[in-house]
This record gives sequence, structure tokens and C-alpha cells, in this order.
Amino acid sequence: MDYFRDTILNWVLFVPLVGALVLLAIPGDRKNLIRWVANLFAFAGLLVALPLVAWYDKTEAGFQFTIAKDWIPSIGASYRVGIDGISFLLVMLTVVLGFIAILSSWSFIQKRVKEYYIMFLVLQVGMLGVFMALDFFLFYVFWEVMLVPMYFIIGIWGHERKLYAAIKFFLYTLLGSVLMLLGILGLYFFHSGLHAAGAACPAIDAAGHAIDTFSIPVYLELGKVLPVPWQVWIFWAFFISFAIKVPMVPFHTWLPDAHVEAPTAGSVILAGVLLKMGTYGLMRFSLPIFPDATRMYAPYLAVLSIIAIIYGALVCMMQKDMKRLIAYSSVSHLGFVTLGIFMLNHTALSGSLLQQVNHGISTGALFLIVGLLYERRHTREIAQFGGLATPMPIFATLYMIISLASMGMPLLNGFIGEVTILIGTFQVNKVWAGFAVVGIVLAAAYLLWLYQRVMWGEVTNPANKGLRDVNLREAVTLVPLVLWCFWIGVYPKPYFEVLDKPIALLVQRVEVAQPAMPVAVTLPETEEETPSEP
Amino acid sequence: MPESFINVVWLVPFFPAASALLMLLVGRRLSRPVISWLCCGTVFLSFLVSVGVFFELLRLPATDRLREVSLFTWIPSLPLLSEAGTQSFQVEWAYLVDPLSAVMILVVSGVGFLIHVYSIGYMAHEGGYYRYFGYLNLFMFMMLTLVLANNLLLMFIGWEGVGLCSYLLIGFWFLKKSAADAGKKAFVVNRIGDAGFLLGIFLTATTFGTLSFVGVNSILAGGQFAAGSSAITAITILLFIGATGKSAQLPLYVWLPDAMEGPTPVSALIHAATMVTAGVYMVARTNALYRLAPFTLEVVAIVGAVTAIYAASMAMVQTDIKRVLAYSTISQLGYMFLACGVGAFAAGIFHLSTHAYFKALLFLGSGAVIHALAGEQDIRKMGGLWAKLPITGKTFLVAALAIAGIPPLAGFFSKDEILWRAFANGNWLVWGLGTVTALMTAFYMLRLVILTFFGGSRRSPEVEHHLHEAPRSMTVPLILLAGLSIVGGLVGIPAVLGGGNRFEHFLEPVFGHAAAAPSHALEFVLMVLSVVVGLLGILVAYVFYLKRPEIPAQLARRFSGLHQLVYNKYYVDEVYSKVFVEGPVLGKAMGDTFGRFDLKVIDGIGVDGSAWLTRFTSQLSIWWDTWIVDGAVNLVGWTVWILNWPARALQTGLVQRYALWMAAGVALLLFYYVQRYILGS
Repeated sequence: MDYFRDTILNWVLFVPLVGALVLLAIPGDRKNLIRWVANLFAFAGLLVALPLVAWYDKTEAGFQFTIAKDWIPSIGASYRVGIDGISFLLVMLTVVLGFIAILSSWSFIQKRVKEYYIMFLVLQVGMLGVFMALDFFLFYVFWEVMLVPMYFIIGIWGHERKLYAAIKFFLYTLLGSVLMLLGILGLYFFHSGLHAAGAACPAIDAAGHAIDTFSIPVYLELGKVLPVPWQVWIFWAFFISFAIKVPMVPFHTWLPDAHVEAPTAGSVILAGVLLKMGTYGLMRFSLPIFPDATRMYAPYLAVLSIIAIIYGALVCMMQKDMKRLIAYSSVSHLGFVTLGIFMLNHTALSGSLLQQVNHGISTGALFLIVGLLYERRHTREIAQFGGLATPMPIFATLYMIISLASMGMPLLNGFIGEVTILIGTFQVNKVWAGFAVVGIVLAAAYLLWLYQRVMWGEVTNPANKGLRDVNLREAVTLVPLVLWCFWIGVYPKPYFEVLDKPIALLVQRVEVAQPAMPVAVTLPETEEETPSEP
Repeated sequence: MPESFINVVWLVPFFPAASALLMLLVGRRLSRPVISWLCCGTVFLSFLVSVGVFFELLRLPATDRLREVSLFTWIPSLPLLSEAGTQSFQVEWAYLVDPLSAVMILVVSGVGFLIHVYSIGYMAHEGGYYRYFGYLNLFMFMMLTLVLANNLLLMFIGWEGVGLCSYLLIGFWFLKKSAADAGKKAFVVNRIGDAGFLLGIFLTATTFGTLSFVGVNSILAGGQFAAGSSAITAITILLFIGATGKSAQLPLYVWLPDAMEGPTPVSALIHAATMVTAGVYMVARTNALYRLAPFTLEVVAIVGAVTAIYAASMAMVQTDIKRVLAYSTISQLGYMFLACGVGAFAAGIFHLSTHAYFKALLFLGSGAVIHALAGEQDIRKMGGLWAKLPITGKTFLVAALAIAGIPPLAGFFSKDEILWRAFANGNWLVWGLGTVTALMTAFYMLRLVILTFFGGSRRSPEVEHHLHEAPRSMTVPLILLAGLSIVGGLVGIPAVLGGGNRFEHFLEPVFGHAAAAPSHALEFVLMVLSVVVGLLGILVAYVFYLKRPEIPAQLARRFSGLHQLVYNKYYVDEVYSKVFVEGPVLGKAMGDTFGRFDLKVIDGIGVDGSAWLTRFTSQLSIWWDTWIVDGAVNLVGWTVWILNWPARALQTGLVQRYALWMAAGVALLLFYYVQRYILGS
């Protein structure tokens, strides 16, 4: 058990990969076997992650369950994984949504079944790796690894304009990641250069020499010494990469296309997890490594977030396509998340991370809802529906609850996240909070209006008369998400407790005062002693 | 058993929550009697616990009547530096038991129970029975949470929750478009108010560092915040915006008349007796804040008084029985705010409870009438029902007299208390508006009674044979509510009539001591005046609609402009529908523009532009490669090729050609030789 405990992150990370390898060995025409195996491995991935819930130490601010192995020693790259409260919640979100997404694909995916599931399991590895990696080199590898399967999932199993969407998604994200790579290299050389400049730096070996390293825990300490001009340049390199991923206005136009064209499970994962990689990046890297640049630009980025909230909500109003509407609602909801991040205080940051989880649950579920309708009617056009509450009463209830969760109804998850973000925002700027509240009102309007057009009234379209209500498998995908919505809404305390220490550390790092020059930092004693020896 | 009921006060909301959950999960499979017993039973249990809580509270000394029952920490401690100097804040899921909440849970669960019972008969022939009772129970849970909450955020749960249930129940007959639209209108208008409430909560949190009522009160008692301080004025205004939405005050009242699309018991429970009074309750609950905000109190009083008279004027000309009652509700809610605005919170809550009895009774009575007439709601097609519906008629008349302020019925005491307080407070304008409203109220209520129950029948023949008195499950609640409407005011007999005003004294721990009355004689005069006013209204209605029914039509002709204005509800709905139709249209237009911006500018110029630029550059570099780079290489080759053609011409590798060239050379040499040496010399 101790062995398992020490290596648990490896298990969580690689069980899906093993699944992908096993699938490789199964002949492609045995579709049902492939489905069973893929679902079992996805479920196993969920099961091995569950002990984390019990073992996670809430009193610890730093990384836990860390595993470190040398990988490419000559450049200082290593295999290093670990989680803190921030990544812990996102890892749990990923394993749950990953399993649900794979389960939801059962009848939807009929062609190239084997390749599909392999792609999905590899995608799962990439996403988990991004949240767990404690080495920038490794992080970048996972960041790129996840891109490829998603590209194929959209491009092969997508809808009408899948190729356009896939290319757009790929190029947008790639542009961002190249900039981030430059940023990482900048940090890498800065860190090595610290040694040359004779200054103290976070990572030194026994002899007092700086180590060439990509270690994220080391880089997180760089915020204290990184000069402001460096911070500004590298901040923007990282920021554009993450802003594309979130996506923040005006980098958001890949999102509606990718969501609309992706198969249901792809949309669930895109909205539920992939977007969180951007916000995770902002919280994990941008804030602590570039504290001065962050504080300098935070007001502008907060305004950009508010624009996203209102802009996204207004664009929702005019959509004729259900999936596109929900995609744009993500832009609006993620606006709340980034707003929370750039408030740079404990309350807003906790709310922001909680809201990332909330958005993953409720928007993921909304995409499942659309997928369910698409499987029955092969259309996503709102005007094609109407009156579905009559033939599908259970579906109507589930859909109602999820809509309410998404619009921030009390007792459901979205409320807690939005309220904590807004209380945090209110401390910083009351006017911003006022504008953000408009987003909540608009969310009620567009989600209820959508619900009303799809579910209420008489069944006018004969094609909708005999629609089947949710079956057991579909219920298994939706009900856990609904229960999770209630859990966070009624008893969010455990989430706040998990986040408390890591967020406090993060806030402390952002608030650190920048010394004038890195050289001003006290020199390590060993450096002074060496000349006297010969 | 010292405080056994108070300690389990959480059972009050959780009984109905349990049956609501059961209904929504498995209600479909249960039979109607099971559903009825279960859903009414749980609400009755809530009522019993509420009674227990009430009496336990009574046994405690008046100064000690305050208990907080915490279930768990809802939002754990988050750092937040407040103006009051606190460093962090957290939110408990906790219930507050004090005289105010005790009164509220009694009224809500008591009236709620009667309306549940009534619903059994009213909904007997409707589909979706389990859904109806599930929503109704859910509503009870939310409403009881609202009134028991010990902090603003938990109150907001109930607040939004009752709004949601109202939305679901207004849209209960969701196949009907008007019902679905009314539900949406209610929800969205309420959300506008809720945005104000939410901002008020945030401001409270950042000002006081706590959201609990007890916590805020103790900070205020510390005297750190002066009366009229801007933070407190802002908080109270924001909270009041929330209250105007929920309690249908100017300018956010427009959703309530439309909400009459819902089943009538729903109108009685949610849109008359309980939910719409939540705003009044909230203002009363936060009275410590309002007392420190004289400006806001002024606003509350004026809004209340103006709403009261404004809505009453519309009630005088409406012809739909439920809509008359809806406008009457808005008007009476205005009274309650008026009371709060002049600092008479206890009188406001007193009127809230008496209003709950007689207005619920009026709605349930109108439901019985509608039920008997197979869905007819137009009072011009009623008349002469007194003999046909004896119980309904008599109880309806009792309620009408109660709301008209005829002593000693319930409405008399509470309304009179409010008017007297307004006058004693020196707020004569508000008092005047309130008194005129009282006249109008008596008039339109009696008009309603006369047109419905007296005079000749104007019913259509097909309705006639369907006519029947309501079943027992409906008439028993009517009779009980009539009883309450008669005696409900006796708990608040003012001192001038020899009573002890026990209601107000009971609430003193919450609202503080009322100022001593300046003069009993004056109070008595005003009381007589308001009775006269009420009787006058009744008399006018009697003359207009029974004695000389031609008068209203003549008046309408004489003052046709005014009549049209009021009859058409001041065209506010038209203006609002412009705002609410064109507002969304504007929103949609903006959304449209933004969507197109995404498509044309960001995607068109940004994404496609950069794609075009990339392709263009790649073509350019292909051209460069082909023509310049490769061109230079080719040029060299070509030059060499051009320059070397003579050599190439020679070096063909053909032996015969070499032989030919050799022969030609030899021939040339021969020719030269012959020329030079043989012929030349």
C-alpha cells in the first residue's frame, strides 16, 4: 500500500496510457470489445485516483505525492510530478469527466472506433500530465501531447466543418504554445544566468552552483528575483498562450467552432477540462513567477474579463445552434474565472478555482444534454425542437437542474463560485462587481430562454413526438454530475479547505515586493569562500 | 423539555424538503391519495414544530428570545478586510429563532398547510399532480429557509428558491405559451431585483465582515457606523431594490398580474400570502440597518405609499377576478412598506400576517368561483352566486370586509396601526395617500363582491348547469381562513381600545420599543376617520353596482380619458413591454453585432487574414525561390550553357562526327596548304 501511495500519481497518469496500448492490440472490427476495454480503463483511471481524496493533506501548502526521476540530466529536464490543492481538484475533475466523456461515446461513435478510444485515452494522459507536471520540460511535452489527439478527435469524428475547426484549433493553440516555449527558455536561461551573475538563486547544488533545471517548484520562487523587464516579456509570452487556451476575448473564436464541430465527448472534454489548462496556467505560473507584471496588468485583464462576461452572454442571445450557444456561454463563464484570478486576493482566487470545477461540471453536462438530443434528432438547431418536456420528462428535470446550476442558482455549485469571486472582486473594485452581476442576469435570460424554446410548449414538430427519454447509460453520465452540482452548492467547505493553504501561498507570492536588482540578494556564503582556497 | 423544539427548528424547512425530493424522484409512480397525504402531512408537521417553537419562545423571558441553531459551516473562513475591521468572514448554515421568525414560520406553515389541503380539491382533475405538489413543497422549503435564515446569503438561497418555484408554478401549464411567458417574465424581472440584493450582500460583507443578522446588529450597536453613513445607505438601497422585485413594488411590480396565469392556489400561497411578502420581511429583518439610513426609509415610505394608491386605482377598474386581487396585493404590499418606511416595522409585520389570512382567503375563494364556473374569470360574466355558492360567498365577504378595514376584523387593526404610525411620525403625505388608498380598497373589494355574488346572473347557460359548490377539501380551508380573518387582528388591539397590543410587544426584542403615542384622543379620531372612510367606500360600491348600476358607465363616459388610462393600467405594460421586448431585442442586436464581429473581424480579418498572409508569404517565397534564388542558380547554369555551346557542339561523343570534323580539318589544312604553297607561290 505504501508503494501504491508513493507512486499513486504514476498510476493515475499511466492507467489510461496502458489502456491505449491494450487497445492497440485489439482488432479494429471488434467494436464492442474495444468499447468495454476503453470504458474499463477509463473507470480504472477514476478508481486509482479516488484514494487521493482520502490521502490528500489539507494542511500542506506545497506539492504532495511528488515523484522525481532524472530524465535528460544534461539539460536538467526531469520527470517530476506532484499536486497541490489547485491541481488536485482539477485532476479529480479530469478523471471524472474523462470517464463520463468516454462512457457517453458508446453509441455516438460508430466509425474508427479503435482509433477514437486510443486518441481519447492519450488525451486523458496529456491533460492529467499538464495538471501534475512539476517540470517545465515535461509540462510542455504534455501540453503538446494533448493537442494532437484533440486535433484528430475534432478532425475525424466531428461534424460538417470539422476540418476547418480542427485546423483552427490546432494553429491557434500551437501559436500560443510556441510563445510559451520561448518564455520557458527565457526562464531557463535566466535561472542559469543567475549563477553566472553570482547571485543567489533558488536552486543551487551542494557546492553553491546554480543547477540547470526546469523544475517548476524552483521557478515558482523566481518571482522574487526576476527583474521587471524580464517579467513583462515572459509574462506576455505565457499570457497569450494561456489566454488562447481559456479563451479570453479576443482570442476566443476558435472555441465556438471547435465545440460545435467536435463530437459530444470532445466538447465535454474541451469545455470541461481543456479550457481549465489556460486558467490553471495563469494561476500556477503567471501569478507567482511574474508578480510585478501581474500586478501591473491585472486591472486591464480584469476589464477584459468583464468584457468577456458580457460579450459572451450577449452573443449567446442570438445563437440559433444549441451547441454554439453553450460554447459562447463558456466564454462568459470563463470570464468570471479570469476575473477572479486577476483580483489577486484569496477569496476571489478560491472562488475562481472552484468556478473552474463548477464550469467543468455544469457545462460538461450541458454538452452531454445537447449530444443526447443530437443523437436522437441529428440536429442542434434550436428551432427544430420545442415541447420536449412532454415526451422526455426525466430529461427535462435533469436539463432544468443543470441549466440552473449553470446560471448560478443558489444551492447549486455555480452560485458558490460566482459569489466568492464577486465578493473578492467587490473588495477590489465595486464597479467591476456591478458589471459582472449583469452577466448573471443575462445568464438567466439566455439559459431559460433556451430551455423554454427547447422544452416547453406543445410539440409542434412531428419528428419530436416519440423521442425516447434518457436510458440507463445516459442517466449514469448525467446523474453524477447533477449530484456533484448539489454537493458543491450545499457543502462547499471541503473544497475551500483543500484550496486554503495553496491559495494563501499563491497570494503571498503575488504580493512579494520586488527588490531593485537581483544582485542585491545576499550572496551565498560558499561563493565568498571559494577564492580564498588556492 | 426546555428548548427541544427550538433545537430542531431545522425540521420546519426539512419536512417539506423531504417530500419535495420524494415527489420529484418517484412522484410519478405514487397514487394521488398518497401524494396528497404525504405533501400536506409534511407541511402540517412543519406547522406543529412551528407552534412548538412559538410556545417555547413565549416561555422564555422577553430579553432572551433569540437562538441561533447552526447546522454546519457553509462557506468556511475566507480572508476579507472589512470596514468594520474584521479580518475574515464565513457563512454558517444556521437558523435564527426570534419572535419575528417565529411569527413568520407560523404564518407560512399555517397558511401554507391550508392552501395545500385546498389544492387537493382544486387540482383533482389536473395532470402533473405529483409535479404540482413537488414544486409546492419545494416552495415551502425555500420560503421557510428564507424566513429562518440567520444570514443574508442563506436568505438569498430561499429568496432565489421561492423565485424559482414561482417560475415553475406560474409556468405549470407549460403547454400554454402565455403561462410560460409569464413565468419567464416573473423570473427575469425578479432577477433584476436580485442583482440589487446580491450587490447589497457583497457590500454588507465588505462593510461588516459578516452576513449574519446578529453579527451586523452587534457591530451596529457598537456605534461604529453613524446614521446616514454612505455605506449603510447604499446597502439598504440595494437591498430595497431586491425587495421591490420580489414584493412587486414600483417600478418592478409588472410581473405579478401576469403571474396569475398559474393555478389559483399558487396565486394564493406564493403571490399573495407568502413569497411576495419576503421583501417586507427582509426590510424588517434588517431594520437595524434601515434605522440608520433615514434617506432610504424615506424612499421606502414613498415607494410604498405611491405603489399602494397606484395599484389600488388599477384594481378599481379591472374585470378579471384574479387580476383585481393581484393589484390589490400590490397595493397592500405597498402598505407594508409604508409601515416599514415610517419605522413601524412591527405594524408592517402585523399587516403582513393579517393580509396573509384574508388575501389567501380571497384568492382561494376566487379559485372556488372559477372552479365552479369551469374556468370563467371575468366578473362581468358572473353575478348572483351568493345562493349558489353559500360557503364561498360568505367567507369571501368576510375577507373583503377584513381588507376594507371594518372593525373588528383582522385588517382593521393592522391597517389602522400603520396609518396611525405614519401620522404620528409626522409623515402626513404618506398618511394621506394611505387613507385615500383605504377608501379605494373598500370600494374595489365591495365592487368585486357585488359583481361576483350579487345582482342578477350574467352567466352563460352552459356554465349554469356545471355550477356547484366546492368540495370539502376546499371549503374547510376557506372557513378556517375566514375564522383567522375575523379574529387574527385581536392579537394587536391597540392601547386606545383597551388592548395591550401584544403583537407589537412580542416583536419588541427585534424592533425595539415603539415611541409613545403622542395623544390617545388623536389616535381615536383618526381611527374613527379610517372606519368612516372604509364605510364610505363600501357605500359607494353599493350605490354604483347594486343600486344604480348605470352610474359607473356614465362616469366612464364622462371621464373617458382617465378611465381609459387606468383601465389600460397606465400603459405601463406597454412601455415595459417596449423595454422588455426591445431590451432583449437590443441585447440580441448587440449579441448579433458581437457575433458578426467575431465572424467578420476576429475570424475574418484576424484569423483568415493571417491565414491569407501566411499563404501569400509562402507564395511569395515560392516565387522568390523559383525566380530569384533558383533563377540566380539557373542564370549561372544558363550562362555556362550558353558559353559552352561551341565546345558542346564539338564534343558530341560520336566517332563518326569526330571523323567528319577530322576530315573537314584535314580538308581545310589541305586547302590552305594548296592555296599557300602550291597556288600562291
